[in-house]
Amino acid sequence: MFRNLAVRISSSASSRSISRRLRHPNCPADPTRSLCSSILPDTLDRSSESFARNSAAMEGIISQLHSRIEKVMNGGGSEAVKRNKSRNKLLPRERINRLIDPGSSFLELSQLAGHELYDTPLPSGGVVTGIGPVHGNLCMFVANDPTVKGGTYYPITVKKHLRAQEIAAQCRLPCMYLVDSGGAFLPKQAEVFPDKENFGRIFYNQAVMSAEGIPQIALVLGSCTAGGAYIPAMADESVMVKGNGTIFLAGPPLVKAATGEEVSAEDLGGASVHCKTSGVSDYFAQDELHALAIGRNIVKNLHMAGNAGEQRHVMPDFKEPLYDAAELCAIAPTDLKQSFDIRSIISRIVDGSEFDEFKKLYGSTLVTGFARIFGQPVGIIGNNGVLFNESALKGAHFIELCTQRNIPLIFLQNITGFMVGSKSEANGIAKSGAKMVMAVSCAKVPKITIVVGGSFGAGNYAMCGRAYNPNFMFFWPNARISVMGGAQAAGVLAQIERGNKKKAGIELSKEEEEKFKAGVVEAYDKEGSAYYSTARLWDDGVIDPADTRKILGLCLAASTKNKPESTKYGVFRM
Amino acid sequence: MSSLTYLIRRKTRPLPLRFREFSSNSQKLINPASARIEKILIANRGEIACRIIRTAKRLGIRTVAVYSDADESSLHVKSADEAVRIGPPPARLSYLSAPSIIEAASRTGAQAIHPGYGFLSESADFAQLCENEGFTFIGPPASAIRDMGDKSASKRIMGAAGVPLVPGYHGNEQDIDLMKLEADKIGYPVLIKPTHGGGGKGMRIVQSPNDFVDAFIGAQREAAASFGINTILLEKYITKPRHIEVQIFGDKYGNVIHLNERDCSVQRRHQKIIEEAPAPNISNDFRLHLGQAAVSAAKAVSYHSAGTVEFIVDTVSGQFYFMEMNTRLQVEHPVTEMIVGQDLVEWQIRVANGEPLPISQSQVPLSGHAFEARIYAENVPKGFLPATGTLHHYHPVQVSSEVRVETGVEQGDTVSMHYDPMIAKLVVWGEDRTRALIKMKDCLSKFQVGGLPTNIDFLFKLANHEAFENGEVETHFIEMHKDDLFVDPNDQLSSQVVYNAAVHSAAFAAACVCEKEHAVMKESSAGSASVWYANPPFRVNHCAKCTMELEWEDESSKGGSILVPVHVTYLPKGKYRIETGGSSSSDLELNVVHLRDHDYRVEHGGISTIVSLSVYQKDHMEHIDIWHGSCHHHFKRRKGIDLADVDESDHKSAADVASSHPPGTVVAPMAGLVVKVLVEDGANVVEGQPILVLEAMKMEHVVKATSAGCIGGLRVSAGQQVSDGLALFSIKG
Repeated sequence: MFRNLAVRISSSASSRSISRRLRHPNCPADPTRSLCSSILPDTLDRSSESFARNSAAMEGIISQLHSRIEKVMNGGGSEAVKRNKSRNKLLPRERINRLIDPGSSFLELSQLAGHELYDTPLPSGGVVTGIGPVHGNLCMFVANDPTVKGGTYYPITVKKHLRAQEIAAQCRLPCMYLVDSGGAFLPKQAEVFPDKENFGRIFYNQAVMSAEGIPQIALVLGSCTAGGAYIPAMADESVMVKGNGTIFLAGPPLVKAATGEEVSAEDLGGASVHCKTSGVSDYFAQDELHALAIGRNIVKNLHMAGNAGEQRHVMPDFKEPLYDAAELCAIAPTDLKQSFDIRSIISRIVDGSEFDEFKKLYGSTLVTGFARIFGQPVGIIGNNGVLFNESALKGAHFIELCTQRNIPLIFLQNITGFMVGSKSEANGIAKSGAKMVMAVSCAKVPKITIVVGGSFGAGNYAMCGRAYNPNFMFFWPNARISVMGGAQAAGVLAQIERGNKKKAGIELSKEEEEKFKAGVVEAYDKEGSAYYSTARLWDDGVIDPADTRKILGLCLAASTKNKPESTKYGVFRM
Repeated sequence: MSSLTYLIRRKTRPLPLRFREFSSNSQKLINPASARIEKILIANRGEIACRIIRTAKRLGIRTVAVYSDADESSLHVKSADEAVRIGPPPARLSYLSAPSIIEAASRTGAQAIHPGYGFLSESADFAQLCENEGFTFIGPPASAIRDMGDKSASKRIMGAAGVPLVPGYHGNEQDIDLMKLEADKIGYPVLIKPTHGGGGKGMRIVQSPNDFVDAFIGAQREAAASFGINTILLEKYITKPRHIEVQIFGDKYGNVIHLNERDCSVQRRHQKIIEEAPAPNISNDFRLHLGQAAVSAAKAVSYHSAGTVEFIVDTVSGQFYFMEMNTRLQVEHPVTEMIVGQDLVEWQIRVANGEPLPISQSQVPLSGHAFEARIYAENVPKGFLPATGTLHHYHPVQVSSEVRVETGVEQGDTVSMHYDPMIAKLVVWGEDRTRALIKMKDCLSKFQVGGLPTNIDFLFKLANHEAFENGEVETHFIEMHKDDLFVDPNDQLSSQVVYNAAVHSAAFAAACVCEKEHAVMKESSAGSASVWYANPPFRVNHCAKCTMELEWEDESSKGGSILVPVHVTYLPKGKYRIETGGSSSSDLELNVVHLRDHDYRVEHGGISTIVSLSVYQKDHMEHIDIWHGSCHHHFKRRKGIDLADVDESDHKSAADVASSHPPGTVVAPMAGLVVKVLVEDGANVVEGQPILVLEAMKMEHVVKATSAGCIGGLRVSAGQQVSDGLALFSIKG
């Protein structure tokens, strides 16, 4: 049934596209251009019922996203914000705004980290991370939010900090740590302190990145206590603000308890002490604005140009897509059972809606092809149904092409999984799938994954899920992720449950079974939501579909700074 | 540059007169060709040097500029065919150094020397020296300069010629007691004036006998410093006077005509700021009498070339009295040129060549009305104190046949403390006074100068004043209407209106700055980096915002600046939402389009306005000047401290440093030279007591005790140069 559906989609899409192309008004009149088949046609039926239904449903989903974002933008609430201001301190996003080039963009990551994760709200996980340009150099910012639990590190805070460092390391972005934190959140020390991917990893990453020539810069704009003291201490260069900035392993209360010495915070670890006496910090800033100006200056002097890899071939002039990106909301499936042509998404994110499709007629449930986004060349892999043997082989082939040519890969995920069933298994679907997973794993080109619909099962792997180290991964708010669909899982689990009960001599009533199933569906429903994912940092953020093109452009520009690496694959099972 | 040409072209239609007539006349009386001037040295600088060069060029006469070290790359040097350095910046070592100028003239082979106005223009010795050295002095005979330069002598001559004089004392006896006696005889208020020089330098008005001695001594000193001669005359001070002057012109054949009058009543610090021709609200009969008196005055001293006879008109009695004769081309000569359609510099050159006057008195036209507004670098709220600085932004109005801009500076030039702080003269012509005034107001609102304080906004306010519109001018105009011309900071209502206008401008400025910053970043980033500089700047799931804290220096009040926080939200397609605090009703949604360079089109509420914006760095601050409609505002914005500028051992913030003077400290109100220190350090003084005298821009400023007490920290001495804002001394109560 899946197969039939898939075939029907692809054939109808292609036949429609041919007929549409000939008469679509957006197609250029230039005869040489119209012969060139790379411009994707406008296949969206704006008068259809599904268009209206999807638009309406998506509107609700987007407004929910915006209201959640609006909430976290206020940090720890108006009282804390006021208190922060009274200390002549800016909020983390304001600090970043003044560090990045005036009027430039900022790609904030995981805004909803910590969303409904703990008993108390932890807006943005207590730390703001993201990428923005300083004197033209893209930098990774990690800015503690002192209005959220005093900037202390919850487990998710650590995870978000480490993820930012991971991206920085992968993309070779200088790191700017805007430190204003009370250190680890002590009640949760067991989840914050001991493990490999815990607090200590922050400093390990600083050391390793510094060794690799990725600059580590710390601006101490507030307190920087205990373990946190190592952030500026481990940095290549650090700046401290007079009055507000303090660095010490133990604060005045602890010092008094330990040694009886009574000392003020400023005398113990203020900017004067560290810039003049201890040498823990390098630059003395009169106030916060001054510190931010020094920070900009440090980046100006990095001379990153010396490290930059060769620029991939970027077209200086590019065309916007022919179709309105806002219509992505009507295309994005709110009901995952609904099928749609992934090309209608591609046509709204690539330059001039031009897409040179590779192996179009083969394995048509996987759409592969070349395009440009803001002039930057990309290879796009998108799902148009369940993955078959051919689709997986085509995917592996296309990934090889892109790695060979150093073309970044973009995965547009809407995948229920690989085709199941005897025919499929007999055809070696596991073997074909493994080829694609091997190719995805080993590909040493920048990879960016956007989950536009479902992300289920092994499809998630083949389509570069989180485990496959995409440089960036974003969710549309309608997207869902789980090992399989809730209903399918409920069916499987109910079957097992029935078997277990039977062994115990209990017959499950129809009603009980339905209740059991409903429980499973509900749990899957909750855990499969984009917000559940992003709260736990299974991704780098939930985005408005209309922003997809812009975000891809920014991610590509951030990922293509380093030198191209050559890809070496493992053993492909033939 | 081409404004004169326009002027001539315009005049060809309404006036029957042409320059052509000059040549047709001169055919008969022309000197031998070999004696004609082919190269002129201009012994001056600034706009007048440029003005003279322009006419010379049109006549095919080569020009030589002279310059001091301060003017090495200034406009007059660039405009001339040749240029000669004549000395260091101080005028007495360069532009007043007659030997250097004569040497420059002989080295370059100039046949004639044009002195311009100011400097050596009214030095009889210099005129004589020129003639002795074989150079044609383009100006009156040395004897006439001498006669008229000595104000006492000139009055005697005028009296003899039947020209009416103001009651006063013009004797050689300068004994202070005698002078006091004479002053008492004339009756207060009495005007004290150096017999030599002009431009209001050294002039004092004495309201009561008690003030006489101090004022007299000060006038003597200033006269000595400026003109080298300290003789003083006394005159009755007319309380409601108008200053009306007549442009006269004579040739070497004894012909003298007048080219109508100019009204120069509107003055500040005894210096003219708006002049017009003809004088408003006078009868033709009065004009006739005035002109005749002026011609008689000139004839009495066998005058030739351009000259101006100044009269003081008592508006109460309708009497006019001879004040003085300026034996040079005046600053305000263009207004006369505009109404008679002639080029007076050309006339000067022709007359110097020995040609007769091109027209007779009956042929002198009077067409339309002309205004001149003098644009100065000065601090209007600080009592019109001269200002110095760099012209970071300089966009004069578009010139046409009816609008002239006489200037000697360009964007990036410096207005230094060495010379007159005049930046430009704006000259407009209209068919009648009303039409000319409308044009002048329009031009003033579009005249853009950024980088230093100017009087443009003040001139605009002045030109808009009802009394001025009605032509009710007199020399106390500014003083009389000061309530209208200066905003009273205690007047809540008008202060609020002024503040609201500033906030509105701040909103416009912020949006334009964002648009500009964006354009700059976009331009400098190439390739894939450019996606980071998209418009509007991208933010994930929200709109980019920024806050600009603009410091507005309220020009109306002398108190410091007001911080205007402007919150900008970037919206798509060049739109900005601006919140300026207060209620949400004050929020604006603006659409900004960058047109070119400094110009933007800002749309607000369906109305598009052209906005000009100048952004420059000065004193570690970003300065923003904005012009839109008839508004001009100046804002400052802090952008973090310069790294190099921070002394890390000094843990004071920059703000602390700026206001680090303890209370009671008196700072230099301007950069200048200390000419005299009147008290000793440690002396006890009373409030208002003069402590020291500063000289800058050739003006003296007495620094007085701000309160009674003991003077401390007084370390400056006479002859010392001090910078603006330097602590001079402090007073302990």
